[in-house]
Amino acid sequence: MLLKSARLTFGTLAVIFLLAPLIAILPLAFTSSQFLTYPIPEFSLRWFDELFTAAAWRRAIFNSLVIGGGTTVLATVLGTLAALGLRNWNLPFKGTVRTLFLLPMVVPAVVMGVGMQVLFVQFGIASSYFGVIVAHTIVAIPFVVVSVIGGLGGIDRRVELAAASLGASPVTVFRRVTLPLAMPGILSGAVLAFATSLDEVVLTLFVAGPNQRTLARQMFATIRENISPAIAAAAFLFIVGTIALAIIALLVRRQIAARRGG
Amino acid sequence: MSGTGGKGHLSAIALVAPLFLFIAVFFLWPLGTMMSQAVSDTAVLRILPQTAKVAASWDPETPPTAEMKDALAADLRAADDRQAVGDMTRRLNSAQPGFRTLMSRTTRALRKDDAPPLSEIDERWDDPRFWQAITGALSPTTDRYLLAAVDLERDVSGNIVAMPEEASANRDIMIRTFWIGALVTLACLAIGFPYAMLIASTEGWKRQLLLGAVLLPLWTSLLVRTAAWFIILQDNGLINAVITGLGISSEPLALIFNRTGVVIAMTHVLLPLMVLPIYSVLISIPGNLMPAAASLGANPLRAFVRVLLPLSLRGVASGSLLVFMTAIGYYITPALIGGAGDQMISSVIAFYATGSANWGMAGALGIVLLVVTLLLYAVYGRLSAAEERRS
Repeated sequence: MLLKSARLTFGTLAVIFLLAPLIAILPLAFTSSQFLTYPIPEFSLRWFDELFTAAAWRRAIFNSLVIGGGTTVLATVLGTLAALGLRNWNLPFKGTVRTLFLLPMVVPAVVMGVGMQVLFVQFGIASSYFGVIVAHTIVAIPFVVVSVIGGLGGIDRRVELAAASLGASPVTVFRRVTLPLAMPGILSGAVLAFATSLDEVVLTLFVAGPNQRTLARQMFATIRENISPAIAAAAFLFIVGTIALAIIALLVRRQIAARRGG
Repeated sequence: MSGTGGKGHLSAIALVAPLFLFIAVFFLWPLGTMMSQAVSDTAVLRILPQTAKVAASWDPETPPTAEMKDALAADLRAADDRQAVGDMTRRLNSAQPGFRTLMSRTTRALRKDDAPPLSEIDERWDDPRFWQAITGALSPTTDRYLLAAVDLERDVSGNIVAMPEEASANRDIMIRTFWIGALVTLACLAIGFPYAMLIASTEGWKRQLLLGAVLLPLWTSLLVRTAAWFIILQDNGLINAVITGLGISSEPLALIFNRTGVVIAMTHVLLPLMVLPIYSVLISIPGNLMPAAASLGANPLRAFVRVLLPLSLRGVASGSLLVFMTAIGYYITPALIGGAGDQMISSVIAFYATGSANWGMAGALGIVLLVVTLLLYAVYGRLSAAEERRS
C-alpha cells in the first residue's frame, strides 16, 4: 500500500515535471499583456496578429518554410537513396558507412558550425538560402537514414522476388512494390527532417545572413534580447503542430499495421 | 535487384554515392577546416612572402640584413588587405610587444613615394628581437592554439609551460562543462531510472500515458521547451508566484540566469534520452524474475539490488552516456537560461568564432569538444552493439 502510493506520487510528479512546462506556455499565447507572466489580464489574439503581421516574424516564418522545405526534399532524397543502397550493400565497411551517415547527430552543432562558417565563405554559399539548407540537411540526414532503414527492414524480400519472377522489371519492382512498402519510413523521415530544420538554431547562427533569419533563430533572439508573448504564440504553433504531426504519424502506423494484418 | 554479383554492387554504390559525397563535402570537410584552423598560422606568412624567403638564411643571433629590410618594405607596400595586415600585426604583437606602434608608423611612412629605409623610419628595425618575432611567426603551422585550449603556452625557449593564472580560463570552462554535464546526468538518472521502472511495470493506458509524457517533450522544439522554462523560472514566474503566494518566502527565489535554472531546464530536455534506453532494457527482462527472487526469500530491496539493477545496468550506462555526451555540447539552453558563470565550452567556441573572429582558438576548443564527444560515442556504440548481439 505504501509502495503503491509512493509510486503514484512519483509518477504524478514526474509527469507534471515533463508536461507542465509545455502546458504552462500555451495560455500565455493568448495574453493581452505585454509581459510573459501570469496572471493573464485578458484573453486576446494580439500576439498571433503580431506574429503574422510584423515584418520580422513574417519573414522568419517564410524563411523557415522555404529552408524547411528545401531541407526536407534534399535530405529525404539523399537519405532514401543511401538507405536503399545500404540495403543491397554486400561490400565491406557497411557499418562504417552507416556510422558516417549518423555522425552529424553526434557531433556538437557548434563544432560543425565553426568549420561550415569558414568553408562556406570559401565556397561562396555563406549567408545564402542554399548554404542554410545544406547545413540543415547535414543534421537532418541521420533521422531520414534511420527512419528509411527501419522502414525497409520490415519489407519481406520474397514479395519483391515474387514480383520479379512474375516478369516485373527491376524498375517496376521498385516503383510498384518496394517504394510503396517503404513509403511510411520515407514519410516519417521527411517529417523528422522538416522538424529538425524548423528547430535548428546553432548552425543557422553560423551560416545564415540577416536575410535567412528563421523562426527558430528569431525566437532565440527574442528570448535573449526582448522577451515578449510573441514567443508564446510561436510556441503555441510549434506545440500544436507537433501534436498534429504525432497524430498523423500514429494514423499512418495504424493503417500500415492494419494492411499488414489484413 | 537482390544484389548478387557486380551489377548489385554497382547499383548499391551508385545509390550511396550522392549522400557519401554530400557528407564528405559539407560535413567532413568543414570538420577538417575547423581542425586546420586550430593549427594554421598564416597571418604573417600571407603578408610577408618575400621576407620569408630572404629571412630563411638569416642567423637570428646576427643583426638583420639590408635584404631582409628591403623585402619587408616591399611586402608591406604590396599588402592591400587592411584586415589581413591588422591580423598580422596582432599576431606579431602577441610575440613581441611594441609591434603595433612599429607597424602603424612603418606602414604610414611607406605609403609616401620617397620613403626612407626601414632603419630610419624606426630604429627598432635594427633590433634582432623584432626580427626573431617575425621569423618565429613565419611557420605556417602552430601548436599555440591547441596548447592555449588547455591553458598551456611555450616560453621564450620553446618549452611547454602553464599559462599564468589570469591569462586564460579554458581549463575552468572545461571543468565547468563536465561538471554541469555530470549534474544533469545524475539528475536525469535519479528521475529517469525509477520512471523507466514505473513504465515497465504498468500496462495499458497507464503505460501509454507515461510513455507519451516522455515522448511529447522529446518531439517538441528545444526552443519552445527552453522558452517554457524561462517563463516558469523567471523572478515573477510560476514557481515564484506559488512560493510567494503560499508565503513560504517573501523574496522570489533566484532560479534563472544561474546554475540551478540551467540544470533544471537541461534535465527536462535530456530526460527522455535517459528514460528510453533504460525502459527498452527493462521490458526485455523476463517479468517472472522478481517473483522468482521473492519466492526464494529475497525481500523487494534485495531482489532489486541483486536481480533488476545488474540486468538494467547496460541501459543505465547507455542512457547516461547519451545524456552526458549531449549535455557537454549544449549551447542554446545555457545561453538563454544561464548566467555568465554557466556558459559551457560551446558558448566559448561560438564567442571565439562569431564574436572575435579568433578561428584558431575556436578550432582548438572545437577539437577538444569533438574528441571527447567521439570517444564517448565510441563507448556508447560498443555498448549498444553488445546489446544487439545479446538479444
